[in-house]
Amino acid sequence: MANTKKILLEHINVPGIETYEVYRQKGGYTGVEKALKKLTPDEVVEEVKKSGVRGRGGAGFPMGMKWSFLAKPEGVPRYLVCNADESEPGTFKDHYLMKCLPHLLIEGMIISSYALGANKSFIYVRGELMYVIRILEKAIEEAKAAGFLGKNILGTGYDLELVVQPGGGAYICGEETALLESLEGKRGNPRNKPPFPAVKGLYQCPTVVNNVESIATVSWIVNNGGEEYAKIGVGRSTGTKLISASGHIRKPGVYEIELGLPVDEFLNSDEYCGGIRDGHHLKAVVAGGSSVPILPAHLFMKTANGEGRLMSYESLSEGGFATGTMLGSGGFIAMDETTCIVRNTWNFSRFYHHESCGQCSPCREGTGWMEKVLHRIEHGHGNMRDIDLLVDVAKKIEGNTICPLGDAAAWPIASAIRHFRDEFEWHVTNPGAASKPGAVYQHLNEMSV
Amino acid sequence: MAETATKTAFTAERLKKVEEIIQRYPEGRQKSALLPVLHLAQEQFGWVSAATMDYVAELLSIQPVEVYEVATFYTMFHLEPVGKHVIEYCRTGPCCTMGGEEVYDYLKQKLNIETGETTSDGVFTIKEVECLAACGWGPCFQIREKFYMHLNNQKIDEIIEDLSK
Ligand SMILES: Cc1cc2nc3c(=O)[nH]c(=O)nc-3n(C[C@H](O)[C@H](O)[C@H](O)COP(=O)(O)O)c2cc1C
Ligand code: SF4
Ligand code: FES
Repeated sequence: MANTKKILLEHINVPGIETYEVYRQKGGYTGVEKALKKLTPDEVVEEVKKSGVRGRGGAGFPMGMKWSFLAKPEGVPRYLVCNADESEPGTFKDHYLMKCLPHLLIEGMIISSYALGANKSFIYVRGELMYVIRILEKAIEEAKAAGFLGKNILGTGYDLELVVQPGGGAYICGEETALLESLEGKRGNPRNKPPFPAVKGLYQCPTVVNNVESIATVSWIVNNGGEEYAKIGVGRSTGTKLISASGHIRKPGVYEIELGLPVDEFLNSDEYCGGIRDGHHLKAVVAGGSSVPILPAHLFMKTANGEGRLMSYESLSEGGFATGTMLGSGGFIAMDETTCIVRNTWNFSRFYHHESCGQCSPCREGTGWMEKVLHRIEHGHGNMRDIDLLVDVAKKIEGNTICPLGDAAAWPIASAIRHFRDEFEWHVTNPGAASKPGAVYQHLNEMSV
Repeated sequence: MAETATKTAFTAERLKKVEEIIQRYPEGRQKSALLPVLHLAQEQFGWVSAATMDYVAELLSIQPVEVYEVATFYTMFHLEPVGKHVIEYCRTGPCCTMGGEEVYDYLKQKLNIETGETTSDGVFTIKEVECLAACGWGPCFQIREKFYMHLNNQKIDEIIEDLSK
C-alpha cells in the first residue's frame, strides 16, 4: 500500500515555503480566492460537511457538524478561535505545521472565518512557542500586504483581522472553554457546559474552537471539494492525519498518513517510523497522546480478534478500552522493552496532577492521590492493595468532573494496570530492586522475552 | 537582579506595544491583553514581581488581584528573581523515554544545582516544565524563546560553555 497522498505536507520540503511568495507560487491562497469569490459561506460549510473531516485536536468530532451548530443571533459578533495550545504529551504536530507552513494555517483561518461569519479570529498558541508566534505574526503581515486580510478582502467586502494570542504554560488551556477563559485574560478554569461555545463562547458570543490541523485542511477541501477529500482515508476516518511519532523508533518526527494505513507499515516502513531502534523490540504503544489508554505491543499491532490494526479512529478503538485505545491527537509514543511501565505511568500521573486546574475535587484530589501512590510503588514502598486503590481512584474520577482532564488522567493509569499488572506487582514484591532503575530494566528485559 | 523589583516602568517601545496589543480586542475587553503584557513584562524585567503586577493592572485598568490570580496560575511566569539564563527542561514521558532523565541529571551535576535553584554567579537557573510539544526531538529544554533539542551530555557541555561566555 503506497500511502503517499499528502494534503498538508505536500510542499513541506520546498525551500522558503514559510514565506508568502513561495507559498503563493505553490498555489497558496487560491482557496481563499475560490471561497470568497465563488462560494457563499454556507456553501463552504457544506463542503466541509461533505469532506467528513473530523476534529484533529483529539476528540474527533465532525468539523462540518460543529460549524453548523454555531448560533447566529442578529447583530452579535461570532468568533473563530484556533486551538494551538498543543500540550498533550507526545503531540508536536501543530508546532511543526505552524513553524514550517504558517501560511497554510493562515489561509485556513481566512476561509473558515468567512464560512462562519467571523470578522475577528484568534489563534491561541501555547506561550512556550513564542518563536512560532513571531513566525505567524510575520505571515499575517505578509498576507495582509497581499490583500488577503484586513478590510474588504479581494474587493469582496469581507473584513477579517487575525490575532495571535500567547498562552502562559498551562495544559488545561487546551480544553476549549478553559482556552476561552484564558483568552479573556483569566485563569484557565474550564466552564460548566451548557452553554456550549457555539452559543456562548468568547465574550459570551457564539464561537467555534478548532484545532490547527483541522483548520489547515480547509484550503484543500475548498480547492478540491469535500467529496474528493472523503475519498481519501477509510470509512468514517476520511482524509489524512498528522502523526507525531516519538519514543524508541529509528525516525521520530511528524508524518502525514492516509487514515487507514496499517499500523505495521507506519511503525516499520522507512517512509515513516523506520521500526524500533536497533537491537530492541516494541513493548507498548501510546497511540494518540498521553491521555489515551496504553496498549501492549500485541494489542496495538492486532485487535483482540486477530485483525491487523489500522491507523484510523475506528480500528484503534476496536475492542473498547478493554483491548483497544484511541487515535486521539495523533501523539504516537513507542516504547521498547527497556521501558518501565510503572515509571512511565507515574510520570504521566505527575503531569495530570500538576496540570489539574483544581476546580473539581475528584480531579484535584484524585490526581494527587494517584501520583502519590504511583510514586510509592515506583520507589519501592508500595503494597498490593495500592494497585487496586489506584484502579478505584481512577474509577471515581472518570465521568465525575467538569472537563475531560479527569478522564484523561484516569485512563492511562487504569489501562497500564489492566495490561501490565505483573509489572506493578513486581515493583511491590521487589522493593529494593524497584528503586534502582537499572535493575528494573534488566528484570523487565527478562520478563518480556 | 534585585534592583529590577522596583524598576517597574516599561520602555517607550514596550509601552507602544502595549497600546497596540490592547487595540486587538473589542472595546472594553482590554483584560484579554493580560497574558501578552505579562510576557512583555517578563521579557523586560526577567521576572514578574508584585510591583510589576500592580503596574500591569494600572496599564490595563483592571484590579491588581486580577493580575495576581493570573500570574500565579500560569507556570511560565517567574514570580521570583531568576538567573540570566533560565533552563527549562521537559520532564514529561516521551522526553524521558528518549533518555531525558540521564541528560538532565548531567546538567544538574555540571551546574552543581538542583531544579529550582540558581548558580551562585547568577548565570543559570534550572526549572522543570511539562511537555514542550517537541517530544520527537527530545530530550529538550528551552532557554527563553530558543529550543535546544536532541540533547546529550556533549551538547550540554557545548551549550553551557557557549552561554557562560
Ligand atoms: C485537558 C484537555 C486538553 C486539550 N488540549 C487540546 C490541545 O492542546 N489542542 C487541541 O486542539 N485540542 C485540545 N483539546 C480538545 C479541545 O477541547 C477541543 O475539543 C478541540 O480544540 C476542538 O478542535 P477540533 O474539533 O478541531 O479537534 C483538549 C481537551 C482537553 C479536555
Ligand atoms: S476535571 Fe480537573 S482540570 Fe477539569 S475542571 Fe475539573 S479540576 Fe479542572
Ligand atoms: S515530552 Fe518533552 S517535549 Fe513532549
